[in-house]
Amino acid sequence: MPTLLDYRRRIRSVKSTQQITRAMKFVSAAKLRRAQEGVFAARPYAHEILRVLRSAAARVESTTHPLLERRPEERILVVVLTGDRSLAGAFNSNVIRRATAFLRENSSKKAQLIAVGKKGRNSLKRAGWSFAAEYINVSANVDFATAKEIAGTIAELYAKREVDAVYAVYNEFKNVLVQVLKTHKLLPIDPAVLTEDGAEKAREGQRSGEESLPHDRTPRGEFLVDYIYEEPVEEIFSGLVPRYLESEVFRILLESAAAEWAARMAAMDSATRNASELIEQLTLQMNKVRQAKITTELIEIVSGAASATS
Amino acid sequence: MLPENIELQIVTPERHVLAETVQTVEVPGKEGYLGVLPGHAPLITELGIGILSYRKESETRYLTVILGYAEVLPDRVIVLAEAAERAEEIDVERARRAREQAQAEMAKVSAGSPEWLRAEQALQRAAVRLEAAAKAGTAGREAVHAAS
Repeated sequence: MPTLLDYRRRIRSVKSTQQITRAMKFVSAAKLRRAQEGVFAARPYAHEILRVLRSAAARVESTTHPLLERRPEERILVVVLTGDRSLAGAFNSNVIRRATAFLRENSSKKAQLIAVGKKGRNSLKRAGWSFAAEYINVSANVDFATAKEIAGTIAELYAKREVDAVYAVYNEFKNVLVQVLKTHKLLPIDPAVLTEDGAEKAREGQRSGEESLPHDRTPRGEFLVDYIYEEPVEEIFSGLVPRYLESEVFRILLESAAAEWAARMAAMDSATRNASELIEQLTLQMNKVRQAKITTELIEIVSGAASATS
Repeated sequence: MLPENIELQIVTPERHVLAETVQTVEVPGKEGYLGVLPGHAPLITELGIGILSYRKESETRYLTVILGYAEVLPDRVIVLAEAAERAEEIDVERARRAREQAQAEMAKVSAGSPEWLRAEQALQRAAVRLEAAAKAGTAGREAVHAAS
């Protein structure tokens, strides 16, 4: 039977844990806001790159590019995006589980991995995987330079024909409470992206609104504009394809970071709530013990007094 | 009828840098600077590392632009840059340090190697930043001298 003092100690310790989880919740909320802003800020650029890419694609004789080349999928590259720290609920383990399942499904193919995030790297390394590249400490502060580097690495592997397809396994930020696990094919680039029809299809996946520039006055069917190209259009086109890949990778990094902070915020919120509940229970039990003690003391006094008077 | 103004938009992957109604724009094309007046024929060009300037009323402003594309329409210019900074935002001290570092790096490794090329790019970036800051008058005389 724990004594009163034991309960007091327990409650104090739970309270200090709660203070930590509460602080982490607020930190995550702030980071989430920044990550979300990043997601929004990246959209106009991605949108415009795609538009210019499409109009260039419509002008070139044939849309051939090393990154558009389709080959039988024999060797695949999987980019696994996790966080660097735990205490984010099921965020990291979900990604790892999905990645492992995906690799098992494709066990007939030769697979290479790129790990973004310490958690995914560590646990996949333990499972015996090796990495073509690894990037850590990305999600705390996603910048375009990292996206460019990752895109450069995968584009190089693909262009050198060391891999035949590149997939990304990541969490997409749906809203604060919901993250959606996604397996997205990064390379070869779907040729449908290059045409307006395909774009509609591709855009379904993304959320609408805030994609284009404010006061966007782009007339639809921009294709008809007869651009002068300073450089040969083929050159512009082949320059734009990797830019498109970069913006895709950047989007995925941002989505994953936003999802991670949202998951962490939710996890810390429920931890804080659980701590409150635990404190309440412990307080209740402590009071019971205290009352029992007082009752016992009273009985002792009363029976002592009774025996003295009789 | 020709439009009188140009809607200038500058976006980078990280932010929407600028949206202004301006009279003239000069963009740093890959193969040289390109002046744009309202009513320019539609054009797409690749950008190098350089300084973009625009005139709004009687004031000329400068920005650094690092790689990307520009789309010109009769009444609009959209710049898609990998990075862009207004001259006022430039940290002159930092750019100066970056320049020194890049120069030191270039001296160390053999010319033409990947490291050398990277350092050269860094040097170019630092140089345009300093130049833009100098043009905007936020840097002292020393920077003007050093950047030229």
